[in-house]
Amino acid sequence: MTRLAGWGRFRPVEARVARMRSEADVAVALAAGGPVIARGNGRAYGDSAVSPGVTLDMRGMDRMLAFDPATGVLVAEAGVLLSEIIACLLPRGWFPSVTPGTRYVTLGGAIAADVHGKNHHVDGGFGAFVDWVEVMGPDGRVTRAEAGSDLFSWTVGGMGLTGVILRAAIRLRRVETGWICQETRATAGLDEAIDVFEGAMDAPYSVAWIDCVTEGPHLGRSLVMLGRHAGVGDLPAARRRDPFGVPRKRRLTVPLDLPGLALNRWTVGAFNAAYYRLGARKPGPALVPWDSYFYPLDAIGDWNRIYGRRGFVQFQCVLPEDSARRGLHRLVEVIAASGQGSFLSVLKRFGPQDSRFAFPRAGYTLALDFPAHDGSLDLMQTLDRITLEHGGRFYLAKDARMPRAVLEAADDRVAAFRAMRAATGAAGRFVSLQSERLGL
Amino acid sequence: MSGRVQGPVLILGATSDMARAIARDFAARGCDIQLAAREPERLEADRADLVTRYGVGVTLHAVDALDVDSHAGFVAGLPALPRVAVSAIGLMGEQAENAADMTRAATILRANFEGPASLMGVLANAMEARGSGTLVGISSVAGERGRASNYVYGSAKAGFTAYLSGLRNRLAKKGVHVVTVLPGFVATRMTEGMDLPARLVAQPEEVGAAVLAAVEKGRDVIYVRPVWRLIMAIIRALPERVFKKTSI
Ligand SMILES: Cc1cc2nc3c(=O)[nH]c(=O)nc-3n(C[C@H](O)[C@H](O)[C@H](O)COP(=O)(O)OP(=O)(O)OC[C@H]3O[C@@H](n4cnc5c(N)ncnc54)[C@H](O)[C@@H]3O)c2cc1C
Repeated sequence: MTRLAGWGRFRPVEARVARMRSEADVAVALAAGGPVIARGNGRAYGDSAVSPGVTLDMRGMDRMLAFDPATGVLVAEAGVLLSEIIACLLPRGWFPSVTPGTRYVTLGGAIAADVHGKNHHVDGGFGAFVDWVEVMGPDGRVTRAEAGSDLFSWTVGGMGLTGVILRAAIRLRRVETGWICQETRATAGLDEAIDVFEGAMDAPYSVAWIDCVTEGPHLGRSLVMLGRHAGVGDLPAARRRDPFGVPRKRRLTVPLDLPGLALNRWTVGAFNAAYYRLGARKPGPALVPWDSYFYPLDAIGDWNRIYGRRGFVQFQCVLPEDSARRGLHRLVEVIAASGQGSFLSVLKRFGPQDSRFAFPRAGYTLALDFPAHDGSLDLMQTLDRITLEHGGRFYLAKDARMPRAVLEAADDRVAAFRAMRAATGAAGRFVSLQSERLGL
Repeated sequence: MSGRVQGPVLILGATSDMARAIARDFAARGCDIQLAAREPERLEADRADLVTRYGVGVTLHAVDALDVDSHAGFVAGLPALPRVAVSAIGLMGEQAENAADMTRAATILRANFEGPASLMGVLANAMEARGSGTLVGISSVAGERGRASNYVYGSAKAGFTAYLSGLRNRLAKKGVHVVTVLPGFVATRMTEGMDLPARLVAQPEEVGAAVLAAVEKGRDVIYVRPVWRLIMAIIRALPERVFKKTSI
């Protein structure tokens, strides 16, 4: 037995974990008959990768099986990390077509959550670049599901609840350098931030850090960061000989759990003010290395420990285009007034996406962390309600506490998902603490 | 040997977690890799992985550690005599079974001592004749002192450690270097489910990095996590009168 939780370290449980090294290992684990769930690198914040039965640690299946430099298609086992894919293929001129805000996620986890990146508004989610997945179903049979097939569409965004993803083929993106041309725009408030996003629908990447602490006229002031992969011609002459080389960064690690009071209203407020001023002082274009652009948090190992022993929870919803402006105002108002605003709040424009069960849809997504305590859990219930009032839905990869009724009210796809689980025999076999809590 | 390592690198017992990590580290240096195990067909995905990640040449070979008579033929049949040969062969079994059943115990002794020693011996002779090479034996801290909890496995590893030490001594002036690796606890299939203090448990990737560094720097005996040198010094120093009453 091991103590296991998600990245938020919220409500850990004693769990049975078995490491999978091959397809045969997964078959043996399934043959035992009890409930299982696949776990990638445990970067989902809540309980989606913890099973009440046996949690299958997929990191032992981390082999890259083939790469075709003509098409950019990589075939790999599900436990390989995006960080390993980048380390291996960026020097050859390839980068993941979609990447979340940390590179320490597995291929399987990226598919199961259909993760989104800063390019969702133009490219869609991770699933849009997957050619096929091989899934071991409840009976131990392995199916190669091609993009567009039923099993494929349920598995992308299916949170491990259709079966165990063993292997997948993904299409990478060609890049000329390891650098990003970034342009930062400081906005005085939320409306202006939304206007910037709407005016930048053709920017390859866009994301905003949003201040959820400041109230009044500057409510929701943001730093909107637009980006595109730099070409060789964008680099200063001295860098052109080694266009994929970027300065090495020292990786810091949080060595122990910080006491709960390290992050309080005052430190977070001061951080937000300072961060905003820093960004506002030097807006405009800049050339930044791929790792600082996509993964600023990866520079700090185990940063989830800064929230102390009780852990933290994340709230992430998406609001549809027509109600996003109103809904975001309400959400940010309530968060700022509560005095619990976090220092990592992210606002992002989604483009159209129509999927069986995946999270993204056209509109705006807001994500932020809270240290876990009664006050923040109460606040999140209010945020749930506002999201529902504006027709929004919630990201399961971030959820650790949502009540079943909220999910059902938010997402009319739940009934079909349950019916699929019952019909395929996946229900009762692929079970996470989250799927139990939400009755999936 | 010191400086940049050259291939090919032979990995014996290539299906183990440590072996996989070691193979990756050498392949990352550009070395061609020879993977050997009892069922080489199980290594197909690992071969593909090393080729895809590092663009090196990888060959697969069948070897049975317990079939000592086949070892000379196995080494002669390799596409090239390796520059570096690593033995990651090992079998722990259940101590209770090993203590009760002597057939079982004999298998543990042979798989951890006789088999690896025979393979290293054949390779040593060939490397001596060539006048160069590095042999790496993954032995165990369990071989440093026999303990009730795993003395069958431990005694076989003790034999292997002594064998490696003798080979090193014999070959020191012949251009062949021998590295003994005493990994301590490593998070592998062997230790899965054991309740071990996290600070003492190395990840297989640490073993890979430590082995590569030892080969490049020409180290003789390495512990992967340095605390183990201290722990084993204490365990070895305990008087037998005291030691026999402990349960560690
Ligand atoms: C700092 C940080 C930033 C993040 N930024 C973003 C972001 O920008 N966009 C975004 O979309 N997400 C983001 N996330 C969330 C993260 O990308 C997802 O939770 C992702 O699923 C984690 O992958 P993992 O390999 O760690 O999977 P886990 O957390 O281990 O598992 C997540 C889900 O995937 C399933 N799963 C994992 N492997 C398999 C498999 N082989 N077969 C079947 N199911 C499997 C699990 O059952 C579980 O339901 C972020 C997380 C962190 C910590």
